[in-house]
Amino acid sequence: MLAWTIYISFLGAGLLTLLPRNSAALARRLALLTALAGLAVAVAGLIRFDPAAGTRMIADVPWIPALHIRYFLAADGISVTLVLLTGLAAVAGILFSWNIEQRTKEFFAFYLALIGGVYGVFLSFDLFLLFVFYEIAIIPKYFIIAIWGSTRREYGAMKLALYSFVGSAMVLIGMIAAFVVAGHLTGHYTFDLTVLARVPFPASFQRWAFPLVFIGFGILAGLWPFHTWAPTGHVAAPTAASMLLAGVVMKLGTYGCLRVAMTLFPAGVTMWRTEIAVLAVIGIVYGAMVALVQKDFKFVIGYSSVSHMGFVLLGLVTLNQIGLDGAVLQMFSHGILAGLLFGVVGRMVYDRTHTRELADLETMNLGRALPFAAVTFVIAAVASMGLPGFSGFVAELQVLVGAWSAFPKAAIAAGVGIVIGVAYLLRAVQRAFFSDMAARPVEAAAHHPLPPISWPERIGAGLLIAASLVVGLYPQVLLNVISPGVASLLEAMRKGGAL
Amino acid sequence: MSWIVHNLWLVPFLPLLAAGLTALAKQRHRRFAATLAIGSMTVSFLLAVGAFAHTLGRHEDEARQVFNFPWFQFGTEWLKLGWVLDPLTAAMLVMVTFVGLLIFIYSVGYMAHDENFTRFFCFLSLFAGAMLGVVIANSLLLLFICWELVGLTSYLLIGFWYHKPSAAAAAKKAFITTRLGDVALLLGMVWLYSQTGTLLFYDNGAGCLEQSALGAMVAQTTSLGLAASTGIGLLIFAGAVGKSGQVPLHVWLPDAMEGPTPVSALIHAATMVAAGVFLVARVYPLMAARDIADVLSPSTAALQVVTWVGAITAVFAALIAVAQTDIKRILAYSTVSQLGYMMLGLGVGGVAVGMFHLITHAFFKALLFMGAGSVIHGCHEEQDIRRMGGLRKLMPVTFATYAVGMLALAGFPLLFSGFWSKDEILHAAHEWPVSCWPFYFGLFGALLTAFYMTRQVACVFFGNYRGHAAEGAAAGNHHAAKSRRHQPHESPAVMTAPLAILAAFAVVLGFLGTPAWPWFQSYLEGEAAMVDPDKLLAPGTLALMLGSALVVFAGLGLGWWLYGRRPMRHADDADGLERLHPEIFAVLRDKFYVDEFYEATVIRFNAGCAWLGDWLDRWIWGGAVLACKFITIGLSWLSRLFDEFVVNLGFDEGCRRIGNGARFTSSLQDGQTQNYLRTLALALAALLLLLTWGCKG
Repeated sequence: MLAWTIYISFLGAGLLTLLPRNSAALARRLALLTALAGLAVAVAGLIRFDPAAGTRMIADVPWIPALHIRYFLAADGISVTLVLLTGLAAVAGILFSWNIEQRTKEFFAFYLALIGGVYGVFLSFDLFLLFVFYEIAIIPKYFIIAIWGSTRREYGAMKLALYSFVGSAMVLIGMIAAFVVAGHLTGHYTFDLTVLARVPFPASFQRWAFPLVFIGFGILAGLWPFHTWAPTGHVAAPTAASMLLAGVVMKLGTYGCLRVAMTLFPAGVTMWRTEIAVLAVIGIVYGAMVALVQKDFKFVIGYSSVSHMGFVLLGLVTLNQIGLDGAVLQMFSHGILAGLLFGVVGRMVYDRTHTRELADLETMNLGRALPFAAVTFVIAAVASMGLPGFSGFVAELQVLVGAWSAFPKAAIAAGVGIVIGVAYLLRAVQRAFFSDMAARPVEAAAHHPLPPISWPERIGAGLLIAASLVVGLYPQVLLNVISPGVASLLEAMRKGGAL
Repeated sequence: MSWIVHNLWLVPFLPLLAAGLTALAKQRHRRFAATLAIGSMTVSFLLAVGAFAHTLGRHEDEARQVFNFPWFQFGTEWLKLGWVLDPLTAAMLVMVTFVGLLIFIYSVGYMAHDENFTRFFCFLSLFAGAMLGVVIANSLLLLFICWELVGLTSYLLIGFWYHKPSAAAAAKKAFITTRLGDVALLLGMVWLYSQTGTLLFYDNGAGCLEQSALGAMVAQTTSLGLAASTGIGLLIFAGAVGKSGQVPLHVWLPDAMEGPTPVSALIHAATMVAAGVFLVARVYPLMAARDIADVLSPSTAALQVVTWVGAITAVFAALIAVAQTDIKRILAYSTVSQLGYMMLGLGVGGVAVGMFHLITHAFFKALLFMGAGSVIHGCHEEQDIRRMGGLRKLMPVTFATYAVGMLALAGFPLLFSGFWSKDEILHAAHEWPVSCWPFYFGLFGALLTAFYMTRQVACVFFGNYRGHAAEGAAAGNHHAAKSRRHQPHESPAVMTAPLAILAAFAVVLGFLGTPAWPWFQSYLEGEAAMVDPDKLLAPGTLALMLGSALVVFAGLGLGWWLYGRRPMRHADDADGLERLHPEIFAVLRDKFYVDEFYEATVIRFNAGCAWLGDWLDRWIWGGAVLACKFITIGLSWLSRLFDEFVVNLGFDEGCRRIGNGARFTSSLQDGQTQNYLRTLALALAALLLLLTWGCKG
């Protein structure tokens, strides 16, 4: 049933292209309807998912038999969680793009195609199919940024596309190598991930194949020092695209790291985990530090994403149940919260004030002019700095506990990142919303009243806050499905020689 | 399990519920917000009294009852939360709900003219709920959750008047500084979990504060040579240092006085800052855990750190308080100093000693802050003690209650609660076998406390009112005439009634913990209290009491000699101490330059790192991408040129040659029959020749 998320999204994208010109209102409604249907399927999938039954098959038909490529969809707890995240982010993103007037139907068509690709990645269990969906997700992103973007959009789009394709190339090489080597070893050529995971690849092969694939996916997850596409890309992208970029597309990277790199090459993980943990911790601290001195509001959030994704990567290489549970939960949590932060900054603030410079926002007294935006941002900031009650806390706590047993020093350094996280978020909150510079009479008089926050924005923000709160207060709702998925992955990795 | 243990969660939940409902209310629903907040607090107070009654008269083994429940799956285990009802919880619950209730009532008067009255009560209720959560938590995780929520509300309330830049900056500073300690606490918690596999304090023998877990932690040594219990204890203590404003993380608390005064009284004097002390008291078994081998050693490493930090803070902050001029800042530094005393008490004497001072201090310090609020209110938002004076006659109720609070804080002998609780600490410090210095620190701190409180009271309440003169000089005579009509006035009854109630408690609470009848100490330890007047007269106790009384009198006398004898006449006059020792006064006034030191080191270092990272990103990583781009484009140009001038030219040349050849062959096909016949004949001849040659061969 979960496969319908993919079909619905592509169907919606196709229908949108058939609409006549000047049908912006219809295009919006159709897009929202499509995303809602996707979300409904995702929620139903979560409810009906039986964690005890393990990985659930969805579809398995030959696609290109000559190359042993199959159309093989399946879902485990990790996939179900990320599909749910995609559904939530998609709906919220459309609500936050309600005001797009330029080429509306094309925008939403690209948007839904991107969503469809993302659903596809999370549900593919055939490596080649996964790669195809992965590429499908990257292409619309380029167009969305290059056409509907803002600041230095060609540069941002170019950088993003370059980084993505370098990453894809690395993944492709690793993938073909795995296909060939596995074929030689077992005499049975396949791209089936469940089969490949059981192939005992020689250690000398894993030594270079693992970092190749891990970094290839890691680039999209903002792995330091391959992260610089993220801030510029976010800044260039229109609101909905940066919400998806940070909310979902970065998760494609970490998902690939876990599902492909780590499950296929468990011995490789053991060889390289220390190096990756170091990079992850550098990302946590470094991202937070750089966020502290940014002048552009969106850059602050862009770098905060680098910092938070560091927690996911750190959690992945702990190779224990708590750490991996935390990593998956952090993927979900960061997806929701980054979406919310970008929504406030891009839609609620930038679309009204037409500036993102903190120095300019300081003079606008936004706390009074846009109280809803201020409150929403404060909630998002508090949740993002890991305040208990929101999803970020339980996720980061699990990552820290997991990391403590694997890399105690990394856990301590990550703690430093948490403190700086408080500093940059509070700085942004106060400069953007609660500054007293507005008292200058000239500006106050010349200032036009800003349009009030519209209902689609309110609903979108409410949806994301509610999701973060529910998971923060009762994490079991997701851990019920995540834990068994992680447990079986870990079991397989242990058999494959990790640890 | 009795009803009250089962439903203890209601105590923090009711204020939280009130906060939630108030958050939904509109700004003009002022009465609704105040009624809801005060109502929920009253019910919580009654429940707390019920819980307190439940713990009375029980023996140690049955005095502690817990209720635990699973929260979520933590790896392969279930993570549990829970609450605990023991004397420590019950005493704190009653104190927090009672002081909180009084401050809520007082706030109705103090905040009456604020446009964000509703929001204020929302935050206040949220704070109360979170603080009560800290108190009942039976799990370090639940405690941490509420602890963070307390920090958040403290941030919101310090920055309540965020249009003042100083308030916004103070809120940020407070949050970040305490967060520094919180991260240590978080790491301590993570370490504790990986050592014991549980975060519950008490769980029928399986909790982390119970014998089996403690034994395991003591036995485990880290690479640094510390026992795990010491390391975890110190990390948790670092969290307490941040929250309770101990040196070196004390810098946020004085700045936090930018918040409304009821907030200073509730959060930054009576309850939240005491949460750090409470935390140490809660995990005291961990702090005091030691190996069987060195059971004879007088104190554990963790407790020694607690003692020294407390002793140093007590003196350090008291010294700074001597030279401050803001009425609330003096009290803030005094709070830091008193919190140091509590830590000292925990370190040298155990839970009962530190907690007794915590409870008495909560009452008299809330009283002082609310009195200061009444003074500020009456003087039209003036906070500088140099511009006050003579308020004794203008605000009699405030003066009387403030004097009680001041004498309690200074530790005036026999009558006031501060004397008994401070004496308890000094007594324990005197008997501490490790070092005698904490005792002398404590005595010196007592001297300073009496001194600076006398200075403050003399400046505020005695002499003549100095407010007009300053205003008149600044704004001309017209203004002076106008401001004369704005004489300081007494505050309304809704503000003075809580003052009177607190003043009564500031006196009587002391009698619950005298050496002759140490009821409070016995209650915490789950024993029955004995009346034994002989203990009071025991030679060691009596001598110590006399000594500390003498020190207090010396401080009071010195203060009076410098400030009370000849009161200041003008707001611009030099301070009494400044005239005697200007250099020392300057150092104290500038708070030992701690803020400047942090500015020059930690903050600058951090900013430097941040700039370096930004620069790297823009020019190195970003540059690398651009370089890749240019190299790619350059290579593409090269390929294009190669393509155009090498590959393409060759192709063109080839094409031309093929064309020429074609032209030559097509010229052969010219349509003249003779030529065709000639070619035919020639070819035939050649064929014949070839065939005959072939036959011969």
